[in-house]
Amino acid sequence: MTETLTIGKALNLGLRRALEDDPKVVLMGEDIGRLGGVFRITDGLQKDFGDDRVVDTPLAEAGIVGTAVGLAMRGYRPVCEIQFDGFVFPAYNQLVTQVAKIHARSRGRLAMPIVIRIPFGGGIGAVEHHSESPEAYFAHTAGLKVVAVSTPADAYWGIQQAIAHPDPIVFLEPKRRYWEKAAVDLDGTPSPLFASRVVRGGDDVTVLAYGPMVKTALQAAEAAAEEGRSLEVIDLRTISPLDLDPVFASVRRTGRCVVVHEAPVTLGLGAEIAARVTETCFHSLEAPVLRVGGYDTPYPPSKLEEEYLPDLDRVLDAVDRSMGF
Amino acid sequence: MTALSHTTEVVDPVPGAGAPHLPGQPPLVQLLTPEGERVEHPDYSVDVGDQELRALYRDLVLVRRWDVEATALQRQGELGIWASLLGQEAAQVGAGHALAADDMAFPTYREHGVAWVRGVDPLQVISLFRGVDAGGWDPVATGFNLYTVVIGAQTLHATGYAMGVQRDCAESAVLAFLGDGATSQGEVNEAMIWASSLSAPVVFFCQNNQYAISVPIERQSRVPLYQRAAGFGFPGVRVDGNDVLAVLAVTRAALAAARDGQGPTFIEAFTYRMGAHTTSDDPTRYRLASELEEWKLRDPIARVKAYLARSGIADADFFAAIEAEGDELAARIRKGTLDMPDPAGTEIFDHVYAEMPPPLAAQRAEFVEYHAGFEGGVER
Ligand SMILES: Cc1ncc(C[n+]2csc(CCOP(=O)(O)OP(=O)(O)O)c2C)c(N)n1
Repeated sequence: MTETLTIGKALNLGLRRALEDDPKVVLMGEDIGRLGGVFRITDGLQKDFGDDRVVDTPLAEAGIVGTAVGLAMRGYRPVCEIQFDGFVFPAYNQLVTQVAKIHARSRGRLAMPIVIRIPFGGGIGAVEHHSESPEAYFAHTAGLKVVAVSTPADAYWGIQQAIAHPDPIVFLEPKRRYWEKAAVDLDGTPSPLFASRVVRGGDDVTVLAYGPMVKTALQAAEAAAEEGRSLEVIDLRTISPLDLDPVFASVRRTGRCVVVHEAPVTLGLGAEIAARVTETCFHSLEAPVLRVGGYDTPYPPSKLEEEYLPDLDRVLDAVDRSMGF
Repeated sequence: MTALSHTTEVVDPVPGAGAPHLPGQPPLVQLLTPEGERVEHPDYSVDVGDQELRALYRDLVLVRRWDVEATALQRQGELGIWASLLGQEAAQVGAGHALAADDMAFPTYREHGVAWVRGVDPLQVISLFRGVDAGGWDPVATGFNLYTVVIGAQTLHATGYAMGVQRDCAESAVLAFLGDGATSQGEVNEAMIWASSLSAPVVFFCQNNQYAISVPIERQSRVPLYQRAAGFGFPGVRVDGNDVLAVLAVTRAALAAARDGQGPTFIEAFTYRMGAHTTSDDPTRYRLASELEEWKLRDPIARVKAYLARSGIADADFFAAIEAEGDELAARIRKGTLDMPDPAGTEIFDHVYAEMPPPLAAQRAEFVEYHAGFEGGVER
C-alpha cells in the first residue's frame, strides 16, 4: 500500500508499527502522551498503547535517557524523545559517559538498543535553543550511532530500523521539514539504515547533505541545471558511521565536492568528510572540498536565521567557487 | 490492567488536582480572599498603605494588558511566539514588589510581571519573542537577569550569585524563579542542595501553575511542592499565588530572612496558567474547560479591585484612569513592535566573545562581502 505522508506522519506510523511489532518498545518523553508531542509525532499512540508504553515523563532529560539505560538492561527498547535539540544537554552526560560506553565496558554483555529522537535544525522562527544542530557532538562520541532522515519514506522505515537495531542511535528529525509530503510504499523494502544515497545524478560537482539540507541541495541542483551545471546530490543519511563509498565514487567522476550542513563549519561533519575525501580521492580532486554551514556563532535570533542558514544561494556560491579552481 | 498500572497511576487523576478547596490539600497562606476580603494569617502579615495597594492594582492591570496585546501581536504574525502570564499576575507582581533595589531576580521566560516591576520596558521583552534579540534589557542595571529558556538552569546561577552576595557581605538577596515542571530537573535539585549547604541568600520562587506544557503537576511530584524544601533542609511555604498581598508578604519575609543570613526558602505560589503554555500550544488537548472556569473564580485582579472599591481606597475614576493607562500602554507596545527595526546581520558575530578571535573576524568579513553582493547588502 502506498500512502502520501508528511515526515511527521510517517514517523508517527513508523512508531506505531514498532509498538505493534515488539511489546518491549517503550516511548518516553515530555508531553508525548496526552498531547502527542509538541510536533504531534506521537499523536494517538498513548491512547492506543497505554501510558506504560507511551510515557509522559517528568521534565528531566537526564532522567529520560538515564532510565532508558536501566530499561534497556531489562530487555526493553526505549525510544526517547528530546523535545528540541537545545534540550538534549541535560542528558548529554548520560549519553556520552553511559549509553555510549556500556556495550564496550560490559564486553558486549549489555546491549543498549536505545533510540534518542531529536527534532533538529532551524528555520522555524523559534526562540533560542530550538534550532540547533548538535550532531557533531554525538558523532564524535564512539559508541553512539547517528542518523538523519530527510524524506517520509526514510522517516517511516528509518525509525523502525533504528528501534530494531542493537546499538544506541541518535535519530535526528529535520523539524522544519516535518510537514513535507511524499508517497511512501508501506509494504516496500526499505533501504539499509546505514547507507548514503545518490538522490540526483550529475557530473560537475558532488553536493553532500543530510536532514533538512537535502532539500536545499536539491533546490540548488535544480537552479544550477538551469545554468547548465549538473550537480550530483548525495543524501548522507547516516552520520555515524559514515557511508562514504558512494561519495568517493561520485567525487572520482566529478572531481569536486561541496558539503552542506546547518551546524557550524568548524569541526562539523564537513570537516571529517573533507579529510576523508581528500585522503581517498586526492588524485581525482580538481578543487578542495568546500563546506557550506552555519557560522561559528550561537544560532541567532530568528530575524537573522535566514542569513545564518545555508540556502540555495550559498550552495551555488560554493559550487561556483569549486568550479573556479 | 497491566502489572505496571499501579506505578504509573497518578495520586489524583484530576488534572490540576491539588486545588486548595479539595480535601486533603494543605492550607496556603492567604491575606485576600477571592471575594476580596482581607483575612489574617498567624505567621504572615503585610504592611501596605493605600498608595501601595493602588500601585499593586495598577501593575496587575498593566501587565495583563501588556500580555493580552502581545498575544494579539503574535496572532497577527508580529511575534514568533508569546508565553502568556495570564492568571499569574499576582504571583509575579507580588514577588516583584518584594524585591529591594539591590536584590537580583533570575526569571524563566514567563516573568513579564516581574520584569515590569523591575522597570524593564515591555518592548525589550517583546524583542526576544519577535526574534530580534535574546532580550533587550540590561540585567545588571535592572537587577533582573535575562530570560532563561533551558528549564531550571537559572536556579544554579541564582545560587552562585547568592554565594557572591554572601562573600561580599552585601545586604541583598536573590530570587530564583522556576516552574513546577522545573522542579524535576537535576540542576534545580543541585541548586537547592548548594543553597542549603552553603546557606546562600537565595529564595526559590516556584509558580506552580499546575502544568508543564501538557503534563500535570502530579507527574512531577507526589507531595505538595513546598514540602520538598524540608528534604533539602530549609523552610518551604505554600502561598495563594493569586493573592498579591500574600505573595508579597511571604516573599518579603523570605528575602528578609535570606538577607539576615538565615539561608534559602522555597516558596510555592499556587496558581494556574489561564492561557496556553505558549501561543504554539493547544491546551484543549489536555485539560478540561471546567478547570478553567473554577480558576476564573480566583482571579488575581478581581479580588484586589473588589477590596479597593469596597474599602474606599480607590474609586471609579481611579479604575477608569488605570484602564486608560492600559490602553495607552497597549498602543505603545503595538506601535513599538511594528516599528522595531530588524537587527543587522553582523549582530550574528558581534557579541559572541569579549575578544573576537581572528578566524571569526574573518568569517564576519566574508559574511559582509557575501551579502554586499546582493542588492541592499547585509541590512536587507
Ligand atoms: C531543559 C529543557 N527541556 C525542555 C524544555 C521545553 N519546555 C519549555 S517550557 C516546558 C515546560 C515548563 O514547565 P514549568 O517548569 O512548569 O514552567 P511553566 O512553563 O509552566 O511556567 C518545557 C518542557 C526546555 N525549555 N528546557
